[in-house]
This record gives sequence, structure tokens and C-alpha cells, in this order.
Amino acid sequence: MQMSPDPADTFRQEAAELLEQLEATLLDLEGAPENHALVDQAFRALHTIKGSGGMFGFDAVAAFTHRLETAFEAVRSGRRPATPALITLTLSSLDHIRSLIVSPDTAEPSIGAALLAALADLDGPVAAAPLVVEAKADVPPLPLKTTTGGTLSRWTVRFRLAENVMSFGTNPLLLLKELRDLAGDGRRCTVTALTDRVPLLEDLDPFALHVAWEVDLVTAHEQADIEDVFIFVADDAQIEITRHEEEKAIAQTTQPVASVIAALTPAAPPQAARPSPPSAPEGAGSIRVQAERLDSLMDQVGELVIAQARLRQLSLGGDPALLSVVEEVERLVSDLRDTTMSIRMLPIGTLFGRFRRVVRDLSQALGKEVMLTTEGEDTELDKTVIESLNDPLVHLIRNSIDHGLETAEERRAAGKSGAGTVHLSAVHAGAQVLITVSDDGRGMNREAIRAKAEERGLIAPGAEVPDSELLGLVFEAGFSTAAVVSDVSGRGVGMDVVRQTVDALRGSLMVDSPPGRGASVTLRLPLTLAIIDGLLVQVSGGQYVIPLAAVEECVDLTPAEDARWTRRNFLNLRGDLVPFLRMRDLFGVPERPEGFQKVVIVTSGGMRVGLVVDHVIGQYQTVIKSLSRLLDEANQFSGATILGDGSVALILDVAHLIDFAQALEAERKAS
Amino acid sequence: MQPSSVTERQAGQSSPAPLHVLTLGLDQEVFALETERVLEVLDVVAVTTVPNARRFIRGLINVRGRVVPVTDLRSKFGMGDAPTTPDTRIIVIEVVLRGQLSTVGILADRVYEVAELPHASLEETPRLGMTWRPEFIKSIGKRGDGFVIVLDIEKVFASEEAPISSPAGS
Repeated sequence: MQMSPDPADTFRQEAAELLEQLEATLLDLEGAPENHALVDQAFRALHTIKGSGGMFGFDAVAAFTHRLETAFEAVRSGRRPATPALITLTLSSLDHIRSLIVSPDTAEPSIGAALLAALADLDGPVAAAPLVVEAKADVPPLPLKTTTGGTLSRWTVRFRLAENVMSFGTNPLLLLKELRDLAGDGRRCTVTALTDRVPLLEDLDPFALHVAWEVDLVTAHEQADIEDVFIFVADDAQIEITRHEEEKAIAQTTQPVASVIAALTPAAPPQAARPSPPSAPEGAGSIRVQAERLDSLMDQVGELVIAQARLRQLSLGGDPALLSVVEEVERLVSDLRDTTMSIRMLPIGTLFGRFRRVVRDLSQALGKEVMLTTEGEDTELDKTVIESLNDPLVHLIRNSIDHGLETAEERRAAGKSGAGTVHLSAVHAGAQVLITVSDDGRGMNREAIRAKAEERGLIAPGAEVPDSELLGLVFEAGFSTAAVVSDVSGRGVGMDVVRQTVDALRGSLMVDSPPGRGASVTLRLPLTLAIIDGLLVQVSGGQYVIPLAAVEECVDLTPAEDARWTRRNFLNLRGDLVPFLRMRDLFGVPERPEGFQKVVIVTSGGMRVGLVVDHVIGQYQTVIKSLSRLLDEANQFSGATILGDGSVALILDVAHLIDFAQALEAERKAS
Repeated sequence: MQPSSVTERQAGQSSPAPLHVLTLGLDQEVFALETERVLEVLDVVAVTTVPNARRFIRGLINVRGRVVPVTDLRSKFGMGDAPTTPDTRIIVIEVVLRGQLSTVGILADRVYEVAELPHASLEETPRLGMTWRPEFIKSIGKRGDGFVIVLDIEKVFASEEAPISSPAGS
């Protein structure tokens, strides 16, 4: 089974999420610099990265984040405004932290130093703290705050943490150290270990925390600062903070201990907490699950669906009691499937959030004013789909900003507002989801696309090409109309990536660009890659599954229409002319079937096409199995599935099947 | 199951460890596959044909819930089609296809045995005297009076459809 993950990996993963969250917070903060909740949120995230970074041996991360935190502390205490310049620097610092985490050995320390220097220069020196991360008893304290105007007061802080707190990765030593740091250079801080609850040796659980502490300290800090020390452990801890008015004597405490480490050793060595990964104690309603476990759960549910289909087939015509159990199982399996699928669904907003940074950086780099608007962030999609959408969407956004949007002057000259808009939207449409990236820029240049396509031999010179097809050519590999290749785009690689990803996800692309009014690219994708509802049909000896999302209706092929075997393949569907394809023909089966054939009307890319099959067997819920790489060329099939009797059926990829038919027809006309 | 261990062993020529192979018959020839990559040997089951697929792909079978393509190497080695007999088997192997570890079935007219080929009996592929592409063959071993051709199955699958190469392998 699964091994417990490497703690360092857990940290990397957590830190990546925190950085992403932090990035969003900073971008929000840029729009609302006065929002204290956001500042606190950013501060907490930095604090966590620092804390767990130090704990898992990412000392460079901890040290750097500490300095960044110090700079942010000034914002938190209101001594420095959250200016755009500060945000920019902080964002760059996040990138640096990322590189420190990903490749600690190759990250350039000078970058960090430069960032810190820039931060310090920003608006006068803000006390830079010495770089100290080890929790040794004799290191000089970190002056987290140097300028708090309050008077000194004496505090008694008594705290007992939850017994299991160390298994979440909390190191009590660090808390004590933070408290001591609050005392500042005066070092008027006494730590007393309360060992009354430490059990006898035979009852001692070395992984539990039995010691509580009483800390007497004199500090100029406020109660809130002391409470902040416990910000991550407060949930299950008992914490008492009492203030002694202006008292100076500290003598009456019991049993002073010279070193906190000495107090800690009888209970548990602090290292004991390290091997266990920190779970998220703050999110009581949710748990963190490894993605692979979800994947294997999905696989197993898939197997169950197949086994259930076999069970049903075996029970048909049998004992009615058996049949009722089979129906019960069927219902349960279907519920289980839905629940499992919903676990894998994530709102697409998690992805949209990442693009705010992309847009911000690009608009600065290109000197264009760009607003990013989003819509439908709650739209849920399978996590694998979301993950694979990142790159294509980044390419589309880059393209919109670099090529689509004009400069502010050009825009004003064209009677538009100076700031361009890039709009991201997601919306469900049946079993599919539509994701659109649109801009209000100059639109796509049809002449340039045509010229380029003719130059590359994709279309014949002067040929009549439908508009949507012409615009679709930009997704061909290496196709770029940009005269200048920039850092941002123009190499003609990006759009190719978009198409490949969408193909791999069994989706389709639509481009629209009303002249002068911007451009939009819509990705039409299936909701999940694991299970689809399909229509099972028979052609010659084989059974095939047509995705139900594509199916409109089924009609009979009348003998009269059938008789026109080769001359014309059109169907009169309630007055509409619908072309049809004979599947036997496409699959190279020359004989004609006996009896009446059926036509399954499908839609693909806005076109209605009939597929002539021998029989329609019925609706079928299908677990998609991907096809072997050996079958990469057979792209009329998007996958395969296992039927109730254990045999394999192919799943049709309707869009590719139609392409294939068109190619076949063109070949026949030519010969 | 580590398919790489065999090649490592071969690379370290000093190692005298014999090569463990599964021997199979195609037409009149005896071929061999390293046992490390063989998952199982199945009787012939119903195969779902894939329309318009390449010629050496016979179709798809269900191996314990997995959809596995069945290939016929005859066309790769310029042999004609053969009818299915009671001796015909499907050997399920693991192979790296375009960088991805995949499961593939191979049709064999007969499966003989698991054999040890002593290291000393293995010889380099001769550059002449064969109609097959030399890159399909890892080495040739002697067994009794005959030869056993150890296949480089990844190269076989990676190749284009042309069954017979020009001499000397261009």
C-alpha cells in the first residue's frame, strides 16, 4: 500500500499551496491596501512557511521568509503602507522562495539579497533582523519588533498544548523561543516547565506532550502579539495570559529551569515530532488526501461498475429475489460512483486564481493596462482536467494580452477605454464544460492568417475557406502571424499546445473574432475523464460506444434512403438535410447488413451528422480505459471499455470520426 | 519485475549470469523474450478488432479489467497470416512505448518453455544472413541444435510497418 510521504515533500506541497494562496492575497491587497484582514492573512501564510520551512530543514527558506516577514510586520503594524512597489517586491520574493524550495542548491542567494535590499530601501530602513533560525538556547533573540511605543508590562503566560500536538509538526521549543523574543534585548523572561502531568515511565507515551509551561516575561508588546505566538496551536490548547500591572519583581515563580531543553527531554525529544507530516489542524471539516489514492479509488469504482454490469446480465431472467438484490446493488454502485466523482471535482476558480499573477506581470512587462475578469469560478471539473488546463490557458491569456490587446493610446484612438479586458469564464453545458478566454482587443487579423496559411501551404491560394476554419488555423503547429517573436509569445508554439491538450482531453476548440471587437477562444471539454454515459451500438461484428453527450436522437434508415447506397448520403430529418456516414463503410466492411439499419444523429462542432449502424443496443454507462500507445494512430476512438460479458468495446471519438470520413471521401473523389 | 536488469547484466560483460527467457514459436522460428517482462501467458480469447488500425494490431482483449492490445509479430517479420490453432497463445508482456510503460499481448503460434541461455552461448546479431531488421534482435543464443532469437521487443514495436528491411540495415 501507500508509504507515508516524505515530510520534506509534504512541506513542498504545503508551501506551494501557501505561496499560491499568498499570491492571491497579495493581489487582493493591491486592490485594497487598507484591508487589515488581508494583511493578517498574508502575514500568517508567511509565518507558516517560515515555521515549517525551519522545521523540515529548509533553513534558507526560513531565513529568507523571516526577513520578508519582518518587512511585512511593518505593514501589519501600520508603519508602512502596502504600496504597489512593496507588493511587486513581495511577489518577486515569493518566486525566490519557490526556487529555494524547489532547488535549494541552485537558487541564487544574490537574488534573495537583492530583493531584501530593495525591500529595505523601499521607504526607509525597517529594522532588518539577524539571520538566525536554529532554536538554540544561547542565540541572540530576534527583535521582531523594535518600535512599539508601549510601556513595559509583566505578563504570565501559562500554556498547555494538546497532547498530540507534536504529531502535527509543532515544536514547542519554537513557541518558547518566540515568547522569549518578545521580551527583547532585556531578556527578562523566565520559563518554567510544569511537569505535574508527566506520567510514570511505564505509562509514558514518548510521542505525546506531557509538559506545560509557565512563562514570565516583561515586554513592551501587546496581548495580541503574545496571542499570535499560539496562532497555529490555539485550537486544542489551554492558554492563559495574565498581565501584572507595572510590576517589576519576578521572584515568586517556582522551580526556574535553566534551559528549556532540559525541561523538555523527560517528556519527549523534539525530534520525535519530525517524521510525521503536519496535517492541517485548522480545517476540521476537510482532510488532505493524496491524489494517487483518489485515482485508485476511481479505478476501483470503475471495476465495480463493470462487475455490476456483468452481474446484471447474469441475473436477467433468473430468480426475482436475485434481481431485486441486483437492482439494489446497481443503485448503490451508481451512488458510490457519483460520490467518488464529486470528490475528484474541484472548482475551476483554483485555476483562475493563478492567472491573476500572469496577467499582472504581463501587463507590466508590455506596458498595457489589462483587467482580468472571471466568471463561473464555482464550476467544478475533474482535477485531472483542471491540472492539464493550466498551460493552455496561460498560452491563451498571453496571446490575448500580447497580440489581442492594443496599447492604451491605440485603444483610446479606437474609441475604447484605455484598459483592456481579458475575460475568463467557465460554464457547464450538459456533460461538458465550456471555458472561454476572450479579450476586447483588435481581434484576429484574417488577412495575416490567410497569408501565413497560404505561405505554409495549409490552404490553396485564394481558396474559399469558412471563417471558423480559417481562424482555427492558428492552432496549427508553428503557426504564428507575429512579425516579431517576443518573450511573451510569437513562436507559434503556444496555440499548438492548446490544441494538443484539448485533443488529449477529448475536447474541441472554437474560435470567434468579430472584426475590431476582440477575440474569444472556447474550449469544450468533458467533465470527467473517467466515466461517461454512452449509447452502445453494433456495427458488423463489433460493438461501439457513442458518447451520449454527442447523441441527439436515433431514427430508422428507411429502405428508400438506404437504396441510394452510393449516390448521396443525405437524410431528410423533419425538413432538415442531414448528411450521414455509414459506419460499415468507414470501418472497411463491404457487405451490407440484414434488416433495418438505424441512424444515430450526433452533433460535433455545431454540425449534425447521422451515423448508420446495424443496431442500437441501448444506453450504457462506461468506464473509459485509455488506449495503448500502439493505437495512437487510430484516433477515431477515444478509448475502450469493458462490457458486461467481459468483452472490449471501442468508444467513438465523434469529431475525429467525422474528420476521418471527410479525409476518406476526399481520397475517393481524387481517385 | 525489472525489465532493465537484463540489459544491465548484458552491459556488464563480466557477469556470467545466464539470461532467463520464455521461448515461443512463430512460423518455423524460435524467438525468446526476457522472462522479466512477461506477465502471463493466456489462451486465445475473443479479440475486439480495431478498425483502421495498423496491420500488426489484431485487436483488444480484456486482461483482468485492463484493455490490452494484441499484436501479431508475423507481419513485422515478413511472415504470412496463420490460422489460430489449439497451440496458439497470447503472451502478455510489459514494454516501454513512447516513454510509457505499457502492457501488450503478443500472439505466438506456440509457447515452449522458460529457458536459461548461458551467457557464453549468446552472440551478437550477425549483420548478414537475415531478412529481418538487425535492430529487432538483441542477441542470438544456441539451444540444442537450433538457434533462439532474443527479441528487442521495444525496437520491434517502435518500427514502422515495412516488414522487411533493406540489407545491412541502412
